[in-house]
Amino acid sequence: MKKNVLLVLIIILSLSFLYGCSSNDEVVLNVYNWGDYIDESVLDDFTNETGIKINYETYPTNEDMLVKLTQGGSNYDVVFPSDYMIEKMKKEGMLSKLDKSLIPNLENIDENFSNLEFDKGYEYSVPYFWGTVGILYNKNMVDDKVDSWDILWDEKYKDQILMMDSQRDTIMVAQKKLGYSMNSKNVEELEKAKELLIAQKPLVLAYVGDNVKDMMIQGEAALAVVWSGEAYGVMSEHEEFGFALPKEGSNYWFDNIVIPKDAKNKEAAHKFINFLLDPEIGFRNTDYVGYSTPNKKTFEMLDDEVKARKGAYPSDELLENFEVFLDPGDFIEEYNRVWTEFKAAN
Amino acid sequence: MLKKYSATPYVIWSILFIVIPLILIVTYSLSTKNPINGQLVFSFSNYRKFLELKFINVLLKSVTLAFKATIICIILGYPMAMILSKMEAKLQKKLIVLFILPMWMNFLMRTYAWMVILGKNGFINKLLSMVGLNLNLLYTRGAVLLGMVYNFLPFMVLPIFTVLLKIDNNYIEAAEDLGADKLTVFRKIIFPLSMPGLISGITMVFMPAVSTFVISNLLGGGKEVLIGNLIEQQFLVLNNWNFGSALSVILMIFILVFMAFINKFDKDNDDKGGVGLW
Repeated sequence: MKKNVLLVLIIILSLSFLYGCSSNDEVVLNVYNWGDYIDESVLDDFTNETGIKINYETYPTNEDMLVKLTQGGSNYDVVFPSDYMIEKMKKEGMLSKLDKSLIPNLENIDENFSNLEFDKGYEYSVPYFWGTVGILYNKNMVDDKVDSWDILWDEKYKDQILMMDSQRDTIMVAQKKLGYSMNSKNVEELEKAKELLIAQKPLVLAYVGDNVKDMMIQGEAALAVVWSGEAYGVMSEHEEFGFALPKEGSNYWFDNIVIPKDAKNKEAAHKFINFLLDPEIGFRNTDYVGYSTPNKKTFEMLDDEVKARKGAYPSDELLENFEVFLDPGDFIEEYNRVWTEFKAAN
Repeated sequence: MLKKYSATPYVIWSILFIVIPLILIVTYSLSTKNPINGQLVFSFSNYRKFLELKFINVLLKSVTLAFKATIICIILGYPMAMILSKMEAKLQKKLIVLFILPMWMNFLMRTYAWMVILGKNGFINKLLSMVGLNLNLLYTRGAVLLGMVYNFLPFMVLPIFTVLLKIDNNYIEAAEDLGADKLTVFRKIIFPLSMPGLISGITMVFMPAVSTFVISNLLGGGKEVLIGNLIEQQFLVLNNWNFGSALSVILMIFILVFMAFINKFDKDNDDKGGVGLW
């Protein structure tokens, strides 16, 4: 029996040695980004230019990213959370302050983005992309005018509607339709939004994630709630689609670049951020992902057709009823409860 | 000594990967996170929440659906196992391989394939459109049920088949000699002797069906939420491991009760001298 214990100890010890050997001095930057959110050839260019290797991983939602970051076992140097998530991570002390002297390209960013509610003056984050949420519709299947969330509650389009399988985005639609703020901390308003979503359930074909583009292209549904970039991705290849921002207002959002507090390669991370803010690199990424760029020099390089996209670069008056998600703090429990109850409803 | 010795890796394995995780899940389920310092505090609130939020409905829905899937698997699987067991050896082997063949492919891929088949412009609807029909097949409860039956049917057929194969032909011949017709032979000899296979088939279909979340997610389109989906949401999206653990414990207790019930059946049968599965 004693021998046995010894054997186990030896195995564990030798394994830990092996593990120890695998790390060496070469800098590898761990980048954690949304799926399909960068022109991946840019990563190779960065490695060629700086000699820093990149380990690139992706996540589907902010919530997935947060779970992975808080539950440990991962060591990311550069992450791309959205507005309300940055606010939350900031509150919880998960972010590292940026050294702006290492990011000279910051001057390329439009001044309008320097004073965003969740992070004023680029203290912890710099803008990567921004966009809106609206309704993508198939003109061959929809003959009404699409300019309001109401169409998603129209019996006529039963089983032809796709909603997002994402908590805040979907609750937001109901809140806006009811004329509430999407950052409401009023339980009654949330309950009403929940009832509205439950009432909509029989009309909805499915609650989907990244596959929404394919499903719309294949003609599985007529109407879908999508992010602006996805809509223009579909529309640039298929003429039968349109994209509308509802008049009741909607969400406009920012995905910014941050460095987590416990990142191992902060210097390389700053280099990478500066690289991404380069106008040329920004152009390649914008061209690939189709979202709105906050980089004014990149914007100037875009085609006029792209610059004129109302859903991507909306005028100020159109944005009047639009809001940015804020972190509801502990009130998130109520959002979680409402979402779970809505999901569990028959 | 050797016997004692050789069991140690398994003991270590079970402690590391079964006992410790179980203890962790139960601990999580019996506590909540203190919002101020993030420490775990003992509380029953997760279980109270389960009752308050009427999640009982979701549990019942999952059980009903899994139960239906099990029944369909028996209806489809039992005759299939009988046909297979009566075949001549060569053909039988080939058919068994054919039967298991789809399982060589990934379970997710096979479920995705059904999305293509059932979709609005999918294979079935293309055929139906020839007679001017278009049905909503995908993203319904029926689609989820189909996915369960399709994925778990082999787990019903194989154990029944193994048991049927082992039944001593002399019993059947003796019954026939004593004047029993085919139906009586099945009722009095074959069916009772195949009980162990049937029971293990039921457990092997019911258990994964009641806890699945992938099938309901893909074929139910996020509309058909089962207890497995609720658990997945708590862990991956809402970051509430405590409530998720409580849901898992409730499901585990439920399955345990079900197993105990089924095992009792099995025991009664053993006394009558049934054929063991293994």
